[in-house]
Amino acid sequence: MNPKLSRHIYGWLLVTPALILLIAFTHYPIVSTFINSLFSNGTVFKQSTFIGMESYQTMIDDPIFWKVIKNNLWFALGTIPTSIALAIIMALTVNKAFAGRAFVRMAFFTPTVLPMIAVANIWLFFYAPEIGLINNVLEFLGLEGKNWLGNTSTVLPAIMVMTVWKEAGFFMIFYLAGLQSISPELTEAAKLEGAGRWYYFRRVLFPLLLPTTLFVFMNAVLNSFKLVDHLFILTKGGPNNASNLLLYYIYENAFAFFDTNYAATLTVVLLVLLSVLALSQFFFLDKKVHYR
Amino acid sequence: MKKSIIKIASSAAIALSLSISSFSAMAETELTMYYPVAVGGKLTKYVDDIVDGFMKNNPDIKVNAIYAGNYNDARIKALAALKSGKPAQLSVMLSVDLLELIEQDAIIAVEDLLESDEDKKWLKSFYPSLMENATFDNKKWSIPFQRSTIVMYYNKEHFRKAGLDPETPPATWEELIAAGEKLTKDDKSQWGMMIPSTGYPYWMFGALTKQNDQVLMADGNKTFFDSQGAVDALQLWKDLSEKYQIMPKGTIEWGTLRQNFLDQKTSIMWHSTGNLSVVKNKASFDFGVAMLPAGKMRGTPTGGGNFYIFKNTTKDERQAALKLMKYMTSPKIAAEWSIKTGYMGVSPEAYETTELKEYVKAFPYAAIARDQLKYATAELATFQTGRVRKMLDDAIQATLTGEKSPKEALEAAQKSAEKVLKAYRK
Repeated sequence: MNPKLSRHIYGWLLVTPALILLIAFTHYPIVSTFINSLFSNGTVFKQSTFIGMESYQTMIDDPIFWKVIKNNLWFALGTIPTSIALAIIMALTVNKAFAGRAFVRMAFFTPTVLPMIAVANIWLFFYAPEIGLINNVLEFLGLEGKNWLGNTSTVLPAIMVMTVWKEAGFFMIFYLAGLQSISPELTEAAKLEGAGRWYYFRRVLFPLLLPTTLFVFMNAVLNSFKLVDHLFILTKGGPNNASNLLLYYIYENAFAFFDTNYAATLTVVLLVLLSVLALSQFFFLDKKVHYR
Repeated sequence: MKKSIIKIASSAAIALSLSISSFSAMAETELTMYYPVAVGGKLTKYVDDIVDGFMKNNPDIKVNAIYAGNYNDARIKALAALKSGKPAQLSVMLSVDLLELIEQDAIIAVEDLLESDEDKKWLKSFYPSLMENATFDNKKWSIPFQRSTIVMYYNKEHFRKAGLDPETPPATWEELIAAGEKLTKDDKSQWGMMIPSTGYPYWMFGALTKQNDQVLMADGNKTFFDSQGAVDALQLWKDLSEKYQIMPKGTIEWGTLRQNFLDQKTSIMWHSTGNLSVVKNKASFDFGVAMLPAGKMRGTPTGGGNFYIFKNTTKDERQAALKLMKYMTSPKIAAEWSIKTGYMGVSPEAYETTELKEYVKAFPYAAIARDQLKYATAELATFQTGRVRKMLDDAIQATLTGEKSPKEALEAAQKSAEKVLKAYRK
């Protein structure tokens, strides 16, 4: 056999397993989702018909869609910077040697290990107005508690706080790994030069941690769109969609309303949104990050 | 080499044929049933016990009873299994899922499976108001199982302390408000009452509107969300917290309400009868259960789950499923189920059994749900019921959180519902 041809075949054979998985679970679903979004929802009474971009028009006219997009942006804005900042502080804290370090590390990391559904069930009782931990503590301090999950103005911040608590520990692990790979000579050199701790962090540590930050940031952005488990337990998107997020709204349409085609339309939007975010991170942020 | 392969193959074939013949001798029909739990407690164990009892009586039928989460999860799992080609044969799902399931072409009408007169008598043995949500096109599609109404739980000790008679719970809205004002403490460490407004707000609202002599829907394709009766009912709900201040502002969580009541943070709660046994076992104080009070009249929607048989089943499986349903709704089992959970006995015969009779005698509150049935109406169920229900839920929550006025919110909900339901009118 022609050696060139056989090399080609050999190559293709090697990528086949990966290709099959990618096509079956990534590319085919994307294409079929898009095709689905062009059809109306079929039932026993009404056949599914081709409606072109009509679902997209419906979506643009759908006030709940805009509400969940807005909520999602606030959710991302509220959770990402805070959890990253917290993760850095926590990592710096447990990077030093002190008695009980292992215990503190574990304490920081525990929220990450717990399943989101379990966490949400715990926080449901934290936030409960009359019997909840948070209000009882506030009451003890002489402050008036709130119906945290029952008000449109507090429900989304309440969920953000829980998410930050859950996520920060996970990001801390990456920062901890990043910190440990930084050579101690740098610290000593900075000390000799008389750099203050803040200056040292700003000019030495943080730039060296940028690759970690990019990775964490990307994860955080994706999670802010992907993670909705807690909504099932805490609020179901309520009250009046005040805490509804895009992915949860997709779920509602697909499984509570059985409107898989509208759900497909919304999914296309989510896909586009996530791809744009991922691509822009690779193209713009990557250039600014200094890798050794 | 070849010989040994033939040898192995033939012995395998013999073994296979043996196992098949022994299998067919048993003539075993295997059923998979999904069921949900919405109120907690040891319900899964009780269901397993009942199913074990059934299998003991019917060794030719094997039942896999699978706990599938809450009502929503159960419906999703059952339908997903259906689409994946490894379907369940029957499932307990919300009685109001009926139209949605018909539209999905997922179920068959139980009435169509009944042949003997005895079967037809069985179908008539249930309380008629429990069959309302099971009926479409003059046919009965599903069989009631874990059915409930909304009842009023109240804390008798709070009533005594507030100078109210613990044996005469409020029977009208006026009495309810008056009692609530006496029960609510100034520092809000104890509230007069709570009506849950997450989870199933439309269900609670169905009670308030019915008490105002207004139903929420007709024929599954028409809603009356913006009727004066509904608007006034929602105004009252809002007034309980804003004007009379006997209920906390904002929405009240369905999932933690029972704990609020058990911790004596609220003197009255409206909740499903499905909670009765848990409250009875866990309350550290003297409590009472009463019918919901009357506005123009008394009223509550029925609620809870029914048995459905899926379309994608063989004749044997359907008959076996029918047998299981008959067993699980038989007076004796229904009585036992009612005693253990607080759900209603689904037929008058259940309340004639010695077990339930004695239980009711010792614990009269167990019969409140049944007595209330004569004021009950169907639960909100329309075509595309999930979507329409959510429109009403959003309107209720928008009102209770002060975003919109009742009229504004309900008119918007009615308009959106109209858009969806217009297509279903002939």
